[in-house]
Amino acid sequence: MRFTLNGETRDASSPPMSRLLDVLREEFGLTGTKEGCGEGECGACTVLVDGAPVCSCLVPLVQVEAASVQTIEGLGDDHPLQHEFMNEVGAQCGICTPGMIMAALSLDEHPTLDDIKVALAGNLCRCTGYAAIYRAIMKAKSQ
Amino acid sequence: MRTAISTLAVRGATTVRQALEILHDEERTPIAGATDLFVALNFGTLTMRRFVDIWNVDELRRIAVDGDTLVIGALATYTDLIRSPMIAARLPMLAEASRLVGGPQIQNRGTIGGNIANASPAGDSLPILSAVDAVVVLRSVTGERRVAFRDFYTGYRESVRRRDELIVAVEIPPVPGRQWFRKVGTRAAQAISKVVIAGVRDGQSLRLALGSVAPTVVRARRAEAALAEGRSIDEAVDALRADITPIDDVRSTADYRHLVSANLVRRFLTETR
Repeated sequence: MRFTLNGETRDASSPPMSRLLDVLREEFGLTGTKEGCGEGECGACTVLVDGAPVCSCLVPLVQVEAASVQTIEGLGDDHPLQHEFMNEVGAQCGICTPGMIMAALSLDEHPTLDDIKVALAGNLCRCTGYAAIYRAIMKAKSQ
Repeated sequence: MRTAISTLAVRGATTVRQALEILHDEERTPIAGATDLFVALNFGTLTMRRFVDIWNVDELRRIAVDGDTLVIGALATYTDLIRSPMIAARLPMLAEASRLVGGPQIQNRGTIGGNIANASPAGDSLPILSAVDAVVVLRSVTGERRVAFRDFYTGYRESVRRRDELIVAVEIPPVPGRQWFRKVGTRAAQAISKVVIAGVRDGQSLRLALGSVAPTVVRARRAEAALAEGRSIDEAVDALRADITPIDDVRSTADYRHLVSANLVRRFLTETR
């Protein structure tokens, strides 16, 4: 099962109906992607498949064959979203953060607050509060 | 506990023909965006073990107008529906409903065919398909048949689809008049409906359908008839009580659902007057 993972061609040997989330974490050791609810409600496991945010807990491995998957690790450690989440204290426990950032990647530059809220409607945070998260994204996307 | 992945078997199809041949040869459950199916897998309630993956059957993604009929391919995702100029022009309430399904992650994966096949009474697109008298297109190796949406469901999570048939499209005849959709849930995003309603008003002609208030999506036939006879809004709302059979469950109560359904019908009638 061949696909592109963070820009590199990779072969996965997990069973075809494995959750993409488990393949990323267990087979490839990319533990930046978190499991929250396991039912598509919280968005903590958000990754991009061919550029579109999806919940990796709801995607069978077989369905990313030949696709391009991007995880939080694919951003490196110098991305404006990462910096602004730190500057604005947009993270507390951090479990939702990788999913928030992956969802925010789909936003165009100079979004309105409403644009941000809609883009992040599928991501839940239970501790930081959304104001700091929206502020971080607004700054990162307005540079 | 999560369903053991190693017990699951999947075969892939890239054309409708391939998918139909697989469904003809053996009993398998079609899997598209997996947004319902994998929730069951994560909860350990998944009963099926053998699947045919149709996610890559691109010919089913098409949204087109054929004559005066809007034809929506079964694999059109909610994101496709939100972005489609044809949906915006002909069935804007379906785009509105699609924006309220889950969040962007679910909208990118969930499909209209999956919403029909999953047969949840709370499926958000279903009252719309009911109110506009949609037609479900089913195909098997032996041919194609068209089933009126009102005849599609036979009971709670049951439909007339045979195991060897695939939902390939849903057809929408022209929808004259005003379209009206409301979803009542705990919040705008990521909420399963407590009550969901779609209405079409074309002069004196009224069509109304509700979800989450009966074992299947329901047309409000008695309320529609009361209004067609020129009776008052109060009388129509009284008639509605017999159209729906809501229950108490984790999301809401029967009493609340009756009250909200009545209020929604009143709002539909006043806002589209």
